[in-house]
Amino acid sequence: MDWQALALTLKLAAITTAILLAAAVPLAALLVLGRSRWLAALEALAALPLVLPPTVLGFFLLVLLGPRTAVGRAIAALLGHPLAFSFSGLVVGSVIYSLPFAVQPVVAGFAAVDTALVDAARLLGARSVRLVLSLLVPLARRSLLAAAVLSFLHTMGEFGVVLMLGGDIPGATRTLSIVLYNQVENFDYAAANRTAGILLGLSVLALAAIYSQGRFRGGRRA
Amino acid sequence: MLELALDARRGIFHLNIECRFASEWTVIFGPSGAGKSSLLRLLAGLDRPDHGRIAMDGASLTDSARGLWLQPGRRRISMVAQQSALFPHLSVTANVAYGLGHLDRTSRAARVKEVLELVDAMNLAGRRPQELSGGEAQRVALARALAPQPRLLLLDEPFSALDGAASDALLARLQIWLSQHRVQTVLATHDATDALAAGAEVALLRDGRLAALGPAPMVLAAERERLLARLGAR
Repeated sequence: MDWQALALTLKLAAITTAILLAAAVPLAALLVLGRSRWLAALEALAALPLVLPPTVLGFFLLVLLGPRTAVGRAIAALLGHPLAFSFSGLVVGSVIYSLPFAVQPVVAGFAAVDTALVDAARLLGARSVRLVLSLLVPLARRSLLAAAVLSFLHTMGEFGVVLMLGGDIPGATRTLSIVLYNQVENFDYAAANRTAGILLGLSVLALAAIYSQGRFRGGRRA
Repeated sequence: MLELALDARRGIFHLNIECRFASEWTVIFGPSGAGKSSLLRLLAGLDRPDHGRIAMDGASLTDSARGLWLQPGRRRISMVAQQSALFPHLSVTANVAYGLGHLDRTSRAARVKEVLELVDAMNLAGRRPQELSGGEAQRVALARALAPQPRLLLLDEPFSALDGAASDALLARLQIWLSQHRVQTVLATHDATDALAAGAEVALLRDGRLAALGPAPMVLAAERERLLARLGAR
């Protein structure tokens, strides 16, 4: 078992999930509460990774973050190393790739909050930030939990973006899905079974933990 | 003094109204679909008119010609709708205190106690909205609307879940409190009894237009005659 790859995968998923939740809440609030006609374009952009093949996304990011573009050179000058083929690069790729899995449940959760409650809060003086933190977030907490779990699991299992953007560097970019690919390529099916089993087990455990939490609190709508 | 000249279209519904509400209590009376709730939402700033102006005591709240539209929370206007809209994750006390962020803790607690006593709901302070009956929830919603001491209170059929005696007693206490705190009130209702009980001034709304404005007994009697004449004509 490649424990280093497991630890790296869990670290990548945890950091990506934290960044995604921090980004998804204001983005979803803007999409639900905003009135600008440009928001449809923003929503489409946030959903784009759902339909874009991961290898295509990985390729675009590899080019963008590489030394041939101004963006890539600026980031390399800032960090002291290029983002491509580094753990930081994987985080950037994962955040973009899993963005819709965080944003869409939060948008659905915020949109399901009764508009009469939003009106009442606005009349009582709540501006955007308070409206989101004191009303939308607590009332959509199950959607936020779903967003966190989906983002975490989706990041754990990603392959195309990781391979394109990070390659296969042990301890830096080699995640469990890359290990699994290598094991299958080497016809080591016993090891591949163990790796796939761990990925499957972690996914089932995380989902079971979420669903059981709702039930312990008194039913599906608690 | 509330002045309004509004023109707003929502789909096929067209609200067009120009008048002044000078009385401390004004009742907007009319059948369902006449535009009562739409008018209250425009006054509160929850919706914007296509064209028009709303001013209170000479100061504009909405003025499309000047591109002015004050945020709902900056108008010092409170509203209680038929649906109590209490925040389900907060206690009754926290609901009532929601609009009092500008006060220190002691003043906030005193204000919450004052308005809960007014609506006879001190015994509900620790409860959650899910544990309240319809009438209790409406009284708490009223307390929440009064707590920030607004200069204009909008009531959209707010006593529908209260029985007659409770509603009359609450209305009497409420009128004294509002008069003491100089709060102008606009109440929308389709119930002629509510309109007579509450209103010194009645604005009769029909199909998005102001059909009459004047003392409650006069406007309501004229409307009764009109409806009887229509029945007779059939």
